Amino acid sequence: MNKTYYGKLIFELSTPGCIGYSLPENKWCKHKLTDLPEHLLRAEDTILPEVDELSVVRHYTNMSNNNFGVDTGFYPLGSCTMKYNPKINEEMAALPGFVALHPHQPVATSQGALALYYNVQKSLSEIAGLHEFTLNPFAGAHGELTGLMVIRRYHEKRGDVKRTKIIVPDSAHGTNPASAAVCGLQIVEVKSTPDGTVDVEDLKPLLGDDIAGMMMTNPNTLGIFEKKIPEIARLVHECGGLMYYDGANLNPMLGVCRPGDMGFDVMHINLHKTFSTPHGGGGPGSGPVGVRKGLEEYLPNPQVKLKQDGTYALEYNPESLGAVSAFLGNYGVVIRAYAYLLTLGKENVPLAGKLSVLNANYIKECLKGYYKLPIDGLCKHEFVFDGLREEYGGDHHDAGHVTTLDVAKRLLDYGFHAPTIYFPLLFHEAMMIEPTETESKKTLDEFIEVMKKIAIEARDQREMLKTAPHDTPVRRLDDVKAVKEPKFTYKTL
Amino acid sequence: MKTENGKLTRRFPFSHFRFHIVKPMKYFPHTANDLQEMLKVVGVGSLEELYSEIPEELIFNKELNLPSAMSEIEVRRVIGQLAQENKPLVSFAGAGVYDHYTPSVVPYIASRSEFSTSYTPYQAEISQGTLQYIFEYQTMMADLTGMDISNASMYDGSTATAEAMMMCVAAAKKRNKVLISETFNPAVMRVVETYAKYHGVDLVKVGAKDGVTDMQALHALLEGDDVAGVLVAQPNYYGIIEDFSGLAEKCHAHKALLAINTMASALGVLKSPGEWGADIACGEAQSLGIPTCYGGPYIGYLCTTNALIRKMPGRLVGATTDVDGKRCFVLTMQAREQHIRREKATSNICTAQGFMCLYVASYLALMGKKGLHEVNEISYGGAHELKERLLGIEGFAEAYLGQPFLNEFTLRYSGNIDALQGYLCQKGFIAGVKAEGKADEMIFAVTEQRSAEEMDRFLCAIAEGVKESINQ
Amino acid sequence: MAKVIEGLYYSESHEYVRVDGEYGYVGITDYAQEQLGNVVYVDMPEVDDEVTAGEDFGAVESVKAASDLISPVSGVVVEINEDLEDQPELINQDAFENWIMKVKIADPSELEGLMSASEYESTCK
Repeated sequence: MNKTYYGKLIFELSTPGCIGYSLPENKWCKHKLTDLPEHLLRAEDTILPEVDELSVVRHYTNMSNNNFGVDTGFYPLGSCTMKYNPKINEEMAALPGFVALHPHQPVATSQGALALYYNVQKSLSEIAGLHEFTLNPFAGAHGELTGLMVIRRYHEKRGDVKRTKIIVPDSAHGTNPASAAVCGLQIVEVKSTPDGTVDVEDLKPLLGDDIAGMMMTNPNTLGIFEKKIPEIARLVHECGGLMYYDGANLNPMLGVCRPGDMGFDVMHINLHKTFSTPHGGGGPGSGPVGVRKGLEEYLPNPQVKLKQDGTYALEYNPESLGAVSAFLGNYGVVIRAYAYLLTLGKENVPLAGKLSVLNANYIKECLKGYYKLPIDGLCKHEFVFDGLREEYGGDHHDAGHVTTLDVAKRLLDYGFHAPTIYFPLLFHEAMMIEPTETESKKTLDEFIEVMKKIAIEARDQREMLKTAPHDTPVRRLDDVKAVKEPKFTYKTL
Repeated sequence: MKTENGKLTRRFPFSHFRFHIVKPMKYFPHTANDLQEMLKVVGVGSLEELYSEIPEELIFNKELNLPSAMSEIEVRRVIGQLAQENKPLVSFAGAGVYDHYTPSVVPYIASRSEFSTSYTPYQAEISQGTLQYIFEYQTMMADLTGMDISNASMYDGSTATAEAMMMCVAAAKKRNKVLISETFNPAVMRVVETYAKYHGVDLVKVGAKDGVTDMQALHALLEGDDVAGVLVAQPNYYGIIEDFSGLAEKCHAHKALLAINTMASALGVLKSPGEWGADIACGEAQSLGIPTCYGGPYIGYLCTTNALIRKMPGRLVGATTDVDGKRCFVLTMQAREQHIRREKATSNICTAQGFMCLYVASYLALMGKKGLHEVNEISYGGAHELKERLLGIEGFAEAYLGQPFLNEFTLRYSGNIDALQGYLCQKGFIAGVKAEGKADEMIFAVTEQRSAEEMDRFLCAIAEGVKESINQ
Repeated sequence: MAKVIEGLYYSESHEYVRVDGEYGYVGITDYAQEQLGNVVYVDMPEVDDEVTAGEDFGAVESVKAASDLISPVSGVVVEINEDLEDQPELINQDAFENWIMKVKIADPSELEGLMSASEYESTCK
């Protein structure tokens, strides 16, 4: 990353008369746009810039130099599974045999693409311990919504229309209740016990004939395995509800413990977390949804099926919940995940999860003398610190104490991305660290040393942390101004 | 399971740990030495012991039924083979997806992994690259649609339209009915219908007349004064440019919002949603430099007026300054977002298609005002040429006589459409799309990628195919 | 410490009502504004809207949070504080002076279900 700030916008590079494209001569000049009735045509000129090709290339290259990615450095962003994004995946996704395919092509001419989709469906089913998958949802949140639609469709088909409530733990990511609300379900929150897991006693009185299901992630958002999951699943099933597994935290479970075997009926997987596809600065992701046997009919259309003659078909099933995408979702992301699955194979898939857990526990053990660890014991792929320990400037009673935000910003100076901060909401100073399995001990040791150094700085040089970062392309930004004097386009600058 | 020194231990039938030492894996950087040291620090004896709290009956003790690990050479072979089993065709099809040209600079810039391997730009100090291109994207889309603001994108055009529907309902507070024109692309319609069903929106279809929205029927439905919003498409499924004169005024008189879904490339030349007086502009922006890639990833856009900013879902990037007074960019207005609204959320969208904003921004940066116009001019000329010449072939007839169109049009075909398409497929063409819900209509599209020679060959093949399919 | 004013009625969700004859001025408490931080937007009802005790009538937004406003009383909105449209930060300056809506109270007995200043103060500790 280049620490010199670039900061220009493409509109500022525009010079009238410059062009950055080349197109063939128009051979169909007989018909002109101006033949259209004037009132159907655009009157206003556009703001689009006029820039030559090299200037465009330099512009975006300079911008990229002010960006931090997994390829730049360690990215311990909790709950996001920022593992290495293999380059062979990118090359496979760019093969012309996929890139040039039009989604309206007859299936006879896209058998390879459908076979790949089908193979990924089957691989995910095996890894999840579920019967069937759809890869159509575009992202994790979209998968959640789709999975909840499956649950509603299941109750609807049984004629059980009064099940309009869904149970969500209070530690859940905000997306869970939001997806439920969009799906027309009311949210019932279940409390956590002091050890951070679902309080089964609090759950019991919530269960009734109005419960559509329960959403959980296991390990939960604190990185702790919900040991009571068999009992929870049994209770929810006994009351007639279905169990939904939020696959955000699937990585540590790979090949060790499968959601289907834990008693979950429906789940989504984030291919951009567990299966190594790039996050792209916030999309495109992919949120495949899996279901246990008996629910597969309800998966969204179109469905990819293997026919008896060995060919693949796209089917529109009338039992389905409907469609959540125009075509087969973010197909290009699915190709990347397939390359990753093949590379790892059955031997390495289970190892990925285990190493991610080892890495997380290693950091936790090395730093718990400096940062408050609210819940001790083995974590899975991630864990949460509740800010600095009191002796390192983290004393809440001290009005000027060093906060999690300060630590996060100081990390940027040292060339690391910050952990996820202020989530989960259970702790005031939450700092959620997820190293993933692709980081070496050497990298972890460097990170640990920096985190210790920051703790000592917090004790001895508080002001320096309060004003961090110091060594980044730009420094702390004025969030309040961004909201109070809103500027969302170049025109309003 | 047994207890040793108060700690649970368990014996596993086979140890991946041992396997690892035998055969290192390129994505796992741990040496055998590292593992020993780390396990010691953590205080466990093996990788398996890291899972000792998990009830034994939940542990998966078998081998996964997956292929064995492959080398890069083997991965390349397997996936390369699948890619070859697809047959890329010369496209005269559109129906929502257009094979406009992607300049080589676009994928080149997109290959910068500082962009692709980053997360949502939460740490603005080290994410100015992402924030800047999203800000550029927002500027370009707001300008093209003629609206005040654009969000940082949606998954695709269909979900963007569904979000526009939910936005209408959220803005109206006490109204729950949304009208949608039947001239929408059925692939989009299906998604909107699904969202409406589960979100509890009363979605009412407005019929079509001569291939365009039946405005009289639409006006009649507005009279009930219970409509939250109206969704119309431009150009519509049949390629026809609809005339929305007076529609916005009519909607607003009845306190309904107007949302216009426009194919993004067309925004460069057709009257913009803002110019029509729309409150929301939404649609698919695949046509701005994104390859067809079997349906995705694409990008949906959603733009609106300043008045509706707090009802708009998705991320927003705003300009601000840092402590040194430098102009910079940051994710803002986050209080609208799902993770804060939780059960009050009217959208569950978290991120977007962030990376695809870079495709659109760099494409539009290269094409500029003139290039986008030229793309439309060539597509327009090609589509009109193709229509004229197809009408000269036996079996083809006008479906919507006199309706204006841009790059796409619909014709009636009296022969067997499937047989004709099958024949053309063998000749290397996608011959338009069979119009859903119409037994005898085909939709054709032309982009600047088609050469005069390709069109000649296509027309020859069609003429032959028509004979074949009539003979069948 | 957050300010509490005697003589007002308080709800658990941190709204207050200042009763003036048959009308009530509704806003958020000083404690609520402290918790929210910089208020950047207030989503207000419209005049003539009916509000119901226990149901939301708008929202107040700070940089990093948005909270629904829950009406402590039922009635019809007769006036809104238009100053807040352009200067939402007035709530941070004085939350009790800068009420959000004025309601014609439909059922004065609802006030009995609300808290006094001292009761409210103890819930904020």
